[in-house]
Amino acid sequence: MSGSSLLGDALLVFGKDLRIERSSKVVLSQVLPFALMILILFGFGISPDIRVPIGADGSRSVLAQVTPGLIFLAILFSSLLALGRSFGVEADDGTLDALRLAGLDPGGIFIGKAAAVLVQLLSVGSIVTLGAFLLFDTGVDWTWGRAVLLVTTLGAATAGIASAGTIYSALAAGLRVRDTLVPLLVIPVLAPVLLGAGQAADAALFGAVADGWPWVGALAIFALLYIGVGILSFDSLLEDA
Amino acid sequence: MVAMSDSADDQLIAGPPVVELDEAVALVGGFPALAGASLKLAGTEIVGLRGPNGAGKSTLLRVCAGLIPLRRGRGHVLGHDLATRTGRQSARRSIGLLGHNTSLYDDLTVQENVWFWSRANRAASDDVKAAMGHMGLSGRLATVPVSGLSEGQRRRTAMAILLARRPKVWLLDEPHAGLDRSGRDLLDQLLIDAAKAGATVLVATHDRGRIDDVLTRTVWLESGTISELIP
Amino acid sequence: MSSTGTTTNGSRAFAGPTASKATRVVGLMALAGIALLLPLALLWSPPEIDQADAVRLFYVHVPSATVALYLAFGVTCLGSLIYLRNQSVFWDLMAHASAEIGVVFCGFVLITGMLWGRPTWGVYWEWDPRITSTAITLILYLGYLALRRMDLDPTVRSKRAAFLGIISFCNLFIIKYSVEWWRGLHQGQTIGIDTQLDGLMLFTFAWGMVTFVLIFAWLLMHRFRLGWLELQATTTSLDDAIAARRAESPQLTGEGL
Repeated sequence: MSGSSLLGDALLVFGKDLRIERSSKVVLSQVLPFALMILILFGFGISPDIRVPIGADGSRSVLAQVTPGLIFLAILFSSLLALGRSFGVEADDGTLDALRLAGLDPGGIFIGKAAAVLVQLLSVGSIVTLGAFLLFDTGVDWTWGRAVLLVTTLGAATAGIASAGTIYSALAAGLRVRDTLVPLLVIPVLAPVLLGAGQAADAALFGAVADGWPWVGALAIFALLYIGVGILSFDSLLEDA
Repeated sequence: MVAMSDSADDQLIAGPPVVELDEAVALVGGFPALAGASLKLAGTEIVGLRGPNGAGKSTLLRVCAGLIPLRRGRGHVLGHDLATRTGRQSARRSIGLLGHNTSLYDDLTVQENVWFWSRANRAASDDVKAAMGHMGLSGRLATVPVSGLSEGQRRRTAMAILLARRPKVWLLDEPHAGLDRSGRDLLDQLLIDAAKAGATVLVATHDRGRIDDVLTRTVWLESGTISELIP
Repeated sequence: MSSTGTTTNGSRAFAGPTASKATRVVGLMALAGIALLLPLALLWSPPEIDQADAVRLFYVHVPSATVALYLAFGVTCLGSLIYLRNQSVFWDLMAHASAEIGVVFCGFVLITGMLWGRPTWGVYWEWDPRITSTAITLILYLGYLALRRMDLDPTVRSKRAAFLGIISFCNLFIIKYSVEWWRGLHQGQTIGIDTQLDGLMLFTFAWGMVTFVLIFAWLLMHRFRLGWLELQATTTSLDDAIAARRAESPQLTGEGL
C-alpha cells in the first residue's frame, strides 16, 4: 500500500466514476436541472420585490442580498443527489465487494470517489453561481479580488462537501435506508461549510474582500481534515460492510 | 506482512489445505448463516457445493473469499488467517469470486468494465485480451453498455474478468445460471483448465448431469453446516 | 455474565431490573440535589440586575448544556475510542447510553434556552450562537442514534457507530466555533456569558452543576444496564440461533436433492 498505489488507484476509480457520468449523464441531466430549479424556487419563497436599503440612498432586493447563501444551499442539496449517485452505482451490482476483492488501496478508493464527486459538484456549482447572478439582480461591482475570492470559496466549500459526504456515504453503504440516512448524518456536519461559504461569498459579493479570506481558510482546513480522515478511515469503513 | 505470505507459500508446497474451515460461524444481518461449517480443500480439485436454498452456500463462498469475518471457529485460505482483517485482505488477492452479482457497472461498456477491473485486479493485458477472446467478447459486443446485455452475456463478461485475474482459488456461486448450452460448455472447460493449471475450484450449484463429470467430489451443505460428504 | 442478570432480576424486582446499590445511592443523591436546587434557584437566590427572575433558568440551563455537550458526548467519544482499540463491549454500551442521555439533555437545553429567550429577548429563538449550535448538535447525535438502530451485524454496527461517535464529537466543536464566529459578528446578550454571579448565586450555579452531573450519572447507569441486559438476551440467543440453525429440518428448508 505505497503512495504510488494510493494515487494510481485513486486515479483509476476517479476515471471510472467520470466515465460512468460521461455515458449516463445523471448529474448533467438530472442533478443540474434540479439545482437550477432550486434557484427559481428561492425566487418564489423569497419574494424578489422586497428590498433592503443599502448605503445612503440605494436599495437591493432581499433575494439579491441572500444570493451567497442561496448558491451554497443549492449546491448542498445537489450534493446529496450526487453522493447518492456515487454510491448508488456501487450498490447496484455488488461492486463494492469486487473493489475489496481487487485489493485496491482503500484510501485510493476514497480519493477517487471524492474527487469525482468534487468535479461534478464544481461543474454544478459553477453553473448555479452563474445562474444566480443571472436570476437575482445582485448588482455586484466586480473586481479581480472579488472574483478570485468567490472561485476559491466555491472550490474549498465543494472540496469539504465532497470529502465529508463521501465518508458519510460509505458509513451508510450497504444499508437499505441509505438514501434517507445519509442526509440526516451529513447535513449537520456540513452546516459549518454552508456558514463559512455563505460568509466568504457574501464578502466577495457585497463586503470587504479581506473579510472573506479567513472563512476560506476555515473551509480549506475543514476539507483537508476530512480528506485526511477519509484516507485513514476508508479501510475500516469498507471492511465488513 | 510480506514475510508472512512468503512463508505461507512455502507451506503450500509442503501441502496444507488451500481452503480450510473449522467450525466456522458467520453472521449475515445477525443471523448465523454459517453455523459451524468445516471444510477442507486441497490442491487441484473441482469441488461441488450442494445444498437446499438457504443452506448458506453463498455465505460459505463469501467467507472463503475473505469478505465476511468469522464470528467463531477458524478458517484459513492459502495460509492466510480469515479471523484477522489483514489475513482476509491478503487472501482476497488470490481469490476469484463470481457471486450472484456480476459486479459490473451498468453504464459502462463491456470493454470499459473489463478494462477497469483488469487494472484494479492488476491483470496482465495479454491475459485480458486472451480472456475476452475466450469468452467471445470481442467485436461489436465489446462496445455495448452492460445494461444492454443479456444475463448470459453479463456472466460471460464477469467470467472474462475472473479469468484474466488468474486466481489460485475459484469460488463460483451458481455460475451456470443464465448461460446457454455453449456458455455452459465453455464454463465447464474453464474450470477443468483452471484445475489443470493448479487452481482450486469450489462451485455452488443446483445443476445435475454434465457438471458431475467435471466435479472431482461434492460437499453437502445444509442448515449452515457441512453435514455430509459425498465422495 | 448471565448470573448477574438473574440475581438483579430476582432480588430487586420491585426496583426494576436496571437498579443496583450504586444506582440507588446516586439516585438518592441526585434527588437530594434537586430538592435543594429548587428552593435555591427559585426562592433563596436573588434576581439578577439585568435579567431579573429569568436568571433562575440559568441554574438548570447551563448545567444541562455542559453535561450534554461535554460530559455525555465526551463519554460517547471516549467509549468509541476505547471500543475501536479493544472491542470492549462495556465501552460500546457506555457510548450508546451516554449519547442517548446527551440527546435528551440537549432537548432540555433547547427548551430552557427558549424559555429564557422569551422574557430576555422577547422572542423564543434569537439565533443565539450557543442555542443554535446545540440545535445542530442535537440533529448530529440523532443521526448517531439512527445509525445505532440500523439492522446490521452487531459488530459491524458497533464499529461504524464508534467511528461516528468520535467524528461527531469533533464536529460538535467545529459547529460550535463556526456558529460562534458567525454570530460573533453581531453579538447580543447571550445566556451565560454576561451573567454576573456572586455569593449565593454562584453557589446555586455550582450546586446545579453537581446536581445535573448526578442526574446524568444516575441515568447513565440505568441506561447502560438496560443495554447490558439487552445484549445478554441477544448473546444467549446467538448460541440458541446457531443451535436452531443447525437443527433446521431439511423438509422445511427447501427442495433437497
